[in-house]
Amino acid sequence: MAATTMAQALNRALRDAMTADERVLVFGEDVGQLGGVFRITDGLTRDFGEQRCFDTPLAEAGIVGFALGMAMGGFKPVVEMQFDAFAYPAFEQITSHVAKMRNRTRGHLTVPMVIRVPFAGGIGGVEHHCDSSEAYYVHTPGLKVVTPATVNDAYTLLREAIDDPDPVIFMEPKKLYWSKEDIELRHLDEPLGHAAIRRHGKDATLIAYGPSVPVALQAAAAAAEEGIDLEVIDLRSLVPFDDDTVMRSVRRTGRCVVVQEASGFAGFGAEIVARIQERCFHSLAAPVIRVSGFDIPYPAPMLEHAHLPSVDRVLDAVDRLQFTDEPDHRYLTGAHS
Amino acid sequence: MSHPATDLLPSATPVRYLAEDGTTVDGPAGYTQPSVEELREAHRRMVVGRRFDAQATALTKQGRLAVYPSSRGQEACQIAAAMVLRRDDWLFPTYRDSMAMVSRGMDPVEVLTLLRGDAHCGYDPNAARVAPQCTPLSTQTLHATGLAYAMRRKGTDDAVLALIGDGATSEGDFHEALNFAAVFEAPVVFLVQNNGYAISVPLEKQSAAPSLAYKGVGYGVRSEQVDGNDPVAMLAVLHKAFEHARAGKPFLIEAHTYRIEAHTNADDATRYRDSDEVDRWLDADPLARLEKHLRSIGALTDEDVAAAQAEGEQLAADLRSRMNAEPHLDPMTLFDHVYARPTTQLVEQRDLLATELKAQEG
Ligand SMILES: Cc1ncc(C[n+]2csc(CCOP(=O)(O)OP(=O)(O)O)c2C)c(N)n1
Repeated sequence: MAATTMAQALNRALRDAMTADERVLVFGEDVGQLGGVFRITDGLTRDFGEQRCFDTPLAEAGIVGFALGMAMGGFKPVVEMQFDAFAYPAFEQITSHVAKMRNRTRGHLTVPMVIRVPFAGGIGGVEHHCDSSEAYYVHTPGLKVVTPATVNDAYTLLREAIDDPDPVIFMEPKKLYWSKEDIELRHLDEPLGHAAIRRHGKDATLIAYGPSVPVALQAAAAAAEEGIDLEVIDLRSLVPFDDDTVMRSVRRTGRCVVVQEASGFAGFGAEIVARIQERCFHSLAAPVIRVSGFDIPYPAPMLEHAHLPSVDRVLDAVDRLQFTDEPDHRYLTGAHS
Repeated sequence: MSHPATDLLPSATPVRYLAEDGTTVDGPAGYTQPSVEELREAHRRMVVGRRFDAQATALTKQGRLAVYPSSRGQEACQIAAAMVLRRDDWLFPTYRDSMAMVSRGMDPVEVLTLLRGDAHCGYDPNAARVAPQCTPLSTQTLHATGLAYAMRRKGTDDAVLALIGDGATSEGDFHEALNFAAVFEAPVVFLVQNNGYAISVPLEKQSAAPSLAYKGVGYGVRSEQVDGNDPVAMLAVLHKAFEHARAGKPFLIEAHTYRIEAHTNADDATRYRDSDEVDRWLDADPLARLEKHLRSIGALTDEDVAAAQAEGEQLAADLRSRMNAEPHLDPMTLFDHVYARPTTQLVEQRDLLATELKAQEG
């Protein structure tokens, strides 16, 4: 069997969803003839016609607001934001309208739709082409926010997102677009909101999502060589958040590191840490540590390696769990002094 | 491009068929005039609409409404908007368009639920074919365009009317909506009610365009400007715009009108405009104008006027008594309709609130 890339898996998910349901429409900037700048929509216009996959004028608020109207009219739009940092013009439409329509109308009007956002770094993109914007979306009630880390999840989470009755922000880790797996894509057909344990371990829990999952897995593999047995959780869904899987793991291991690419201050990792200390305090043998990007605007491409959490940085954090109370400010994030 | 630019251009002066004293004037050709029956109906609705507006304003003074943005003076726009819609067309109103919604046949209490403050939207938009009243400026114009396109894709000839104020035409969403509507041939009509002010900011500080209707031309949207206090012209232009929209071409109308009251009951309009200006516009009153016209052609009697007023009183009395009843509010509903199924986090929070409420009772 030929290896499948995450980009191909996403393309397959769109194809299969469009085949399964006539109401599914794909639109955005350059998604037609070109197939999207990352080729996720490759061939959809050719195979499904311009009525099903089409280019729009270059206007992000327009794309999302128009999609909302189409969702009111019974279609299921799957729109592409070309890059994370170019989705901001659509932010008002997303937060004020897409997220709230069900609630504002007490369930009478729902706008199931998927907003695909290629996000995070590690691809050497120039300014405004890499951003970790997930915290903006997870903070908005009414939105679901998911991010795949594996090829099969790219497929199944996108299918589930399209089937979901609520609007979903689908965060695609750019640097994993070209990751490959030798697998048959499977549609799990379960509701969004389940984390996956990617590696079982007993000494500490690494919690990661999207682009950080491979980093956490590599760190766990390296730690294993030193005799440290790490569990790795891939959240898959940030909203809904799978408290159950996370808390069970941390109660068992008693130690935890949360890894994210985004800046640490007030980031999604902070929410995870807070939830863990509220629920697992008596099981904890060490403070929960965050490993994140620095609190800086996304750096120029030749410096991004210094910003992004590396395997070494994760391993250092794991060392810090072993278990002194001495302060070490090197990897504490979030201090605006 | 499919249109020569001259086909898109609005008339040099606002379309008008009735002078302020109610006499007819020569307006542009190319518009079908509303029938006398239609004008009689418009008169009736304007009388009732004005009474509704006055009652809603009174309800703010009694503390029954949190806020009310009056549309007194804009009756010709509001009523014509409601009258040109067919049952299955959609209306996208703003906070100022309660009169149009009531005139569309909606229950006034449901219309005012937003402004009373017990829910964000007091009605079922699908049943009413009316979107929730929009507060963030001009965002609804994109929703209207998307829905219009969806309706065309489904093969109906229903159309959508998006209402918007003059200030809101400066927002980006309005421009994106015009562009999308033209590119996708969406059956949508944009009606700008230029009432002179965006809260306190007059039009000349808002836009340097000769008419807001010119904003359609650059996008390939046919546009027209109209005397927004002339009910005959409003109906004629809106009918033409809908004909156009149902054929897959969007249309932009700028209606020149005036907001007689302040922006809302909470605003102090004397800080930014003088009473002479208001008086001048009172002389251009759309209701008086139509009444004079209909009487002059023998199409309106004292009895007709009295009947319309009685209907308005009836509506106002009914509204007053129903708004006097305290709404029944259950805080537990806070957690409804956030998601199709509540997350575990919401279930926990709901339990917390239930415990708090129980403790308060006990
Ligand atoms: C995006 C946005 N910015 C600011 C406001 C606050 N605001 C409410 S009404 C208003 C003026 C709108 O004027 P206009 O579009 O002319 O409509 P009118 O109120 O005169 O009907 C402003 C600034 C808002 N509701 N939405």
